[in-house]
Amino acid sequence: MTDKPHLDQEALTELQDVMEDEFDILINTYIKDSSDRIAHLRSALEQEDADGFSKSAHSFKGSCINIGAPRLGELCSEAEKAGRDNRLGEAAAMVNAIESEFRQVEETLRRFLE
Amino acid sequence: MDDSLSDNRPLKILIADDSDSDRLILKTLLRRLGHEVEDARNGEDAVGIFRKSGADIVLLDALMPVMDGMEAARHIKALAGERLVPLIFLTSLSDADALVRCLEAGGDDFLTKPYNRIIIEAKINAFNRMRLMHRTLSHHRDVIRDRNRQLLEEQEVAKRVFDNVAHTGCLDAPNIRYHASPMSIFNGDVLFACPRPAGGMHILVGDFTGHGLPAAIGAMPVAEIFYGMTSKGFSGSDVLREINQKLCRILPTGMFCCAALIQADFHLNQLQIWNGGLPDGVLIRKNCVFESIASRHLPLGVLGATRFDAVMEVFRTEPGDTLLMMTDGVMEAENGDGEMYGEERVKRSLDDVSNGRSPFDAVMAGIRSFTGKRPEQDDVTLLSLEMAEESELAGVSDGLQQSALEGPAEWHCVYEIQDRSLEQFSPLPLLLHICMEVPGLRHKSGEIYTLLAELYTNALEHGVLGLSSDWKTTPDGFGRYYAERERLLRAVSDHFIRFTLTHTMTDRGGQLTIVCEDSGSGFNYLDVSAVGSESGYSGRGLMLLQKLGRSLSFGEYGTRAEIVYDWHFSEVAAREGRANT
Repeated sequence: MTDKPHLDQEALTELQDVMEDEFDILINTYIKDSSDRIAHLRSALEQEDADGFSKSAHSFKGSCINIGAPRLGELCSEAEKAGRDNRLGEAAAMVNAIESEFRQVEETLRRFLE
Repeated sequence: MDDSLSDNRPLKILIADDSDSDRLILKTLLRRLGHEVEDARNGEDAVGIFRKSGADIVLLDALMPVMDGMEAARHIKALAGERLVPLIFLTSLSDADALVRCLEAGGDDFLTKPYNRIIIEAKINAFNRMRLMHRTLSHHRDVIRDRNRQLLEEQEVAKRVFDNVAHTGCLDAPNIRYHASPMSIFNGDVLFACPRPAGGMHILVGDFTGHGLPAAIGAMPVAEIFYGMTSKGFSGSDVLREINQKLCRILPTGMFCCAALIQADFHLNQLQIWNGGLPDGVLIRKNCVFESIASRHLPLGVLGATRFDAVMEVFRTEPGDTLLMMTDGVMEAENGDGEMYGEERVKRSLDDVSNGRSPFDAVMAGIRSFTGKRPEQDDVTLLSLEMAEESELAGVSDGLQQSALEGPAEWHCVYEIQDRSLEQFSPLPLLLHICMEVPGLRHKSGEIYTLLAELYTNALEHGVLGLSSDWKTTPDGFGRYYAERERLLRAVSDHFIRFTLTHTMTDRGGQLTIVCEDSGSGFNYLDVSAVGSESGYSGRGLMLLQKLGRSLSFGEYGTRAEIVYDWHFSEVAAREGRANT
């Protein structure tokens, strides 16, 4: 498992600085976007679509890195590789790990907004 | 497109990313930097937006649904055409192959996630500078291309004008062969030939210093003067003086025209040649004896009128003799080793002439085998003029152009030329000009000129100067005759030659009466059978006069000659009818 932090405080502060009033919108967008991505990962898994799974994980990884959630980004990166290598057998556990990590990130982010 | 060259205005940036949060971050970042941003969720939308409203810089996520970044990049580059639209891939890709594919698809750079606003700003600025530089270069290239195209079009038009003014005249005469470079529009070489109204022709071979437009502009007045004066009957020396004076006035210092003027008289079988700065010409006698025609003058356009010497060298010839004149291009034709053809090789190439080869072909073949190129690729101008029987050249002077103006029909004029002007001035062009004002006489310029010239020459040489035409029948005497003529002319005083011209209309056309009187001591005009008698008309001239005029009469002990010349409407109409078909 990764030892990266759940949230990168420094990155978040900078984003706050850049986004100003729109920081809330950004966070909410990210949360909504991420829920969709997880749903998409699950459906790709059901349809045994390794390519779709990998691409979805790749995009999710990008937005996690950008928002300052490096541990979640790392999990997505592993899922992307598994998809690319057609190792979907391991993927269900990965999606679970991603989802649980995301819940944690989401909770922290929501606290951050208050 | 419509953007100005200033780099201060906000850039229009198109971004495409399927991740809403990433897109939001990037859009906000770029807006904070002062740019206008449009965004798309996938490649297809991005291409659509680009097609509709364009963009200065495009940022594309590599992996997107519907159409990925690489395919979108190819479309956008194609749409941008010649414009440089920097294309930056947004990526969290890490393997080298994928990054290379992005560049191969037309990407110019990458931005990796997470975004760093300092790096984004630096990259946007760097690419904007590149974009502006590219646009400036493209703009300059377009300007140069347009100018060049415009220049070529203008040159084409100028060439048509040039060709009309500096046409080749009677270079198509059967006794002339020539090679002139057809390659460059304006190579600085000129070659003109013009029939003289009384038979014979003038040929001008010239080589302007420099090439291109300046040389062509200099050539235009040369052509105008050459054709204008020659067809009015001026002598070679007169033409040279006028051209020289004109070129002195119009050419900048350091620019001039090396030239040779040839006045060929097939009737008298003589050549008069003036060579100013051209390579030696060669006169090839029928018996293969060569005579060099060296340059004895500075080029045209160098000396002012007072110091300019327009005296032409006289060469006695026979039919079958050939004159070769050439420009420096012949001497300077290079072979593969950079050696020049040169005078010696020209002479050696003429050895073939004794084998029955024409001098022109011999020299052209010599150049060709030396350079290994076709002579068309060189600036070579070579002229060959063969002396021929006058009768073989009938029709050459038909092309002479006359003024289109209507003129007077009933007139009378007296023109007297005296003393020193007898030496310096020929009244023939002026008198011919006066006669040519009559439309019905315009097509008769050759005959009228011959009448005037014979009368004047006889009045001057035999009447005033008292020279004997007997001398001209032997080569020695020929030279003596002209030397004596020069000497006597310088000393002439208290003499005159007077022309009285009268023109009236008749029922069937018109009648021109020419009276020529001189101050000489006269000759026995009754003894017309005495061909070549002492100080009399030469038989040939007299016969010519009788053939052309309706009546020829002498009076006052031979110092007064009168010729009546009739012309008919029917002849003029027939002539014009021919010309119009």
